[in-house]
Amino acid sequence: MANHLFLPLISPMLASALALLFARDKTRMVARVIVLASIIFNLIYSIWLLWVVGNEGIQVTQGAGWEAPFGVTLVADGASALMLCVATLLMLVTVSYSFASLDPGYENFFYYPLLLLLLLGVSGAFLTGDIFNLYVWFEILLLASFGLMTLGGSRPQLEGGLKYVVLNLFGSTAFLVACGLIYGTVGSLNMAHVAERMSSVTNPGIVTVIACLFFFAYGGKAAILPLFFWLPTSYHTPPVAVTAIFSGLLTKVGAYSLYRVLGLVLQDELIRLAPFVLAVAGLTMVVGVFGAMAQMNVRRILSFHIISQIGYSLMGLGLASAIGLAAGLLFTAHVMIVKTALFFIGGAAEQVYGTGDLKKMGGIARREPLLSIFWFLGILSLAGIPPMSGFFGKLALLQAGINQGALLISVVAAFTGILTFFSMLKIWNEVFWKKSYGDMSKLPRVTPGLLWPGAILVIISFALGIGAGGLVDYSQMAGAQLFDRAAYISSVCGSNGCEAVVDLALR
Amino acid sequence: MSKTVNYDSIVLRTVSRLMMPLLLLLSVFMLIRGHNLPGGGFIGGLVASSAIIMQMIAFGPTYARDVIRVNYLTLASIGILIAVVWSMPALFFGMPFMAAFWMSAPIPGVGTMGTPVAFDVGVFLTVIAVTTKIALLLSEEPDLFPLDMEDDEEPEAGAPRV
Repeated sequence: MANHLFLPLISPMLASALALLFARDKTRMVARVIVLASIIFNLIYSIWLLWVVGNEGIQVTQGAGWEAPFGVTLVADGASALMLCVATLLMLVTVSYSFASLDPGYENFFYYPLLLLLLLGVSGAFLTGDIFNLYVWFEILLLASFGLMTLGGSRPQLEGGLKYVVLNLFGSTAFLVACGLIYGTVGSLNMAHVAERMSSVTNPGIVTVIACLFFFAYGGKAAILPLFFWLPTSYHTPPVAVTAIFSGLLTKVGAYSLYRVLGLVLQDELIRLAPFVLAVAGLTMVVGVFGAMAQMNVRRILSFHIISQIGYSLMGLGLASAIGLAAGLLFTAHVMIVKTALFFIGGAAEQVYGTGDLKKMGGIARREPLLSIFWFLGILSLAGIPPMSGFFGKLALLQAGINQGALLISVVAAFTGILTFFSMLKIWNEVFWKKSYGDMSKLPRVTPGLLWPGAILVIISFALGIGAGGLVDYSQMAGAQLFDRAAYISSVCGSNGCEAVVDLALR
Repeated sequence: MSKTVNYDSIVLRTVSRLMMPLLLLLSVFMLIRGHNLPGGGFIGGLVASSAIIMQMIAFGPTYARDVIRVNYLTLASIGILIAVVWSMPALFFGMPFMAAFWMSAPIPGVGTMGTPVAFDVGVFLTVIAVTTKIALLLSEEPDLFPLDMEDDEEPEAGAPRV
């Protein structure tokens, strides 16, 4: 029993309640300290958890001590620990960017409590071992994100927020229906138990329906091809810090849930659906990157790239093998970091200019050389040029794709990488390189508080590229754990499986 | 009681005035019995907030705010703090989160007390605060219910204008 698994959930919950108490002008610094302390605690914990899972394997705990298929189960395997660690790191950087960039109207309101609730929901979704609890964690993080997206109440925010809420409610409904169908079919919602009973389902048609419903539900949240339209219309409306953390966390929780539920619980169905998943992945990549080419706003371009990158994560899932999932996890962890970094750097440029319109911007390379260098390193990483981390993420995916003979998707993925680079060069040319039309000397300088959050993430991406060996090994371990159902079941329910626990309880 | 509302009803006013202490007592009863029988912090909180909401319907939101004179947001966060803190003791004894500790003998007239009761008190406060706050905010929305409002309402209600 690893009782400590509840700590990363307790800490943001306590801190958000305390931050709400101190959310007023006089005590703003107290609220900041509480928020920072909680997130730093979570970061230290998740790095330690990464190490523990790497050495000792899957960690499991049961809420209030109820045995596995009956109670609230938390499970940390390699994939959970890796995602938890990256998510907490991004939250820490986002909070420090918020200190530098937001005006007090936000800080005195629900901003920090909502950020912490977002962290709570995301951490819970990564750690849970129960499909219905996953639904509940999703609701928590979605409610927090609804609040964050519309906080400020400006017209475009409400408009974008409405689309965001409506599509996410559709997704949540499909998720709930799928949960009901699973419970009706196998009589359990514990992931290990469901995985165990899936082999004895007499009516395989219903399992396909369930898998497709989950694909629709998580796919909508991850912004895959036909369901992505809410993302580019809403992501550029809230403050930069909010967009950055959304890009880093929200779609990726959807991708992680796809990995967990389709890759682990409904594995046989995933292998059957693999060609379909790969087709959606390829289309998502290409449509996302072409969509970005038509845009003329920094954050809208980056939003379309989120969609394109989700295609790569989906490709790892569509390969339907331990190696494929490992490569997908590696890529997802990398893209979370780099994408957030690019939003911070582009957002800093936007904050200086007061607009995100490419046509009105220009000349930042001469005025802010440091910001420009980090932007350029960031787009190198996103496009997948060595020695940045993006190279190894894409390399792992392409290797896995070619080894399994999925040549078409591998070619599409490589080709999309080049298009991504061109599309990013457009921002580079317009915002950083070309001469400014207006007089730049009156514009404010980029403060260190706006610069370093993006810079530190780019440096981390660089470091992950240099030390890629360790990360690749870890992701392969995580991919193998994610695809190994027997090991997952025996770590959650004991070596005799969940059915034995149920029999013992009923006797 | 100078405030009058446009849906004034003597029956509703009389009944709600009589019901309020009963409902508040019932909510505490629900809270305490809820560990082995139907009830609990969530149900108790809903009953208590329905008592306040009934005042709001009969006498208007300004009067209803005087039933419990607290900042409901503060009450909600204190409720969450109580709930989280009282589900933690098991962690310090090497047991899973939320594992319960009970007193060995019941207190006469109240029943057996333990950490889940304290946890439920937190839930109780949070539910009262959140449901009442939502109802009050909705009824104070001038477009929905054109009531006469005082200027010293909580300034932080509503979204920040930025």
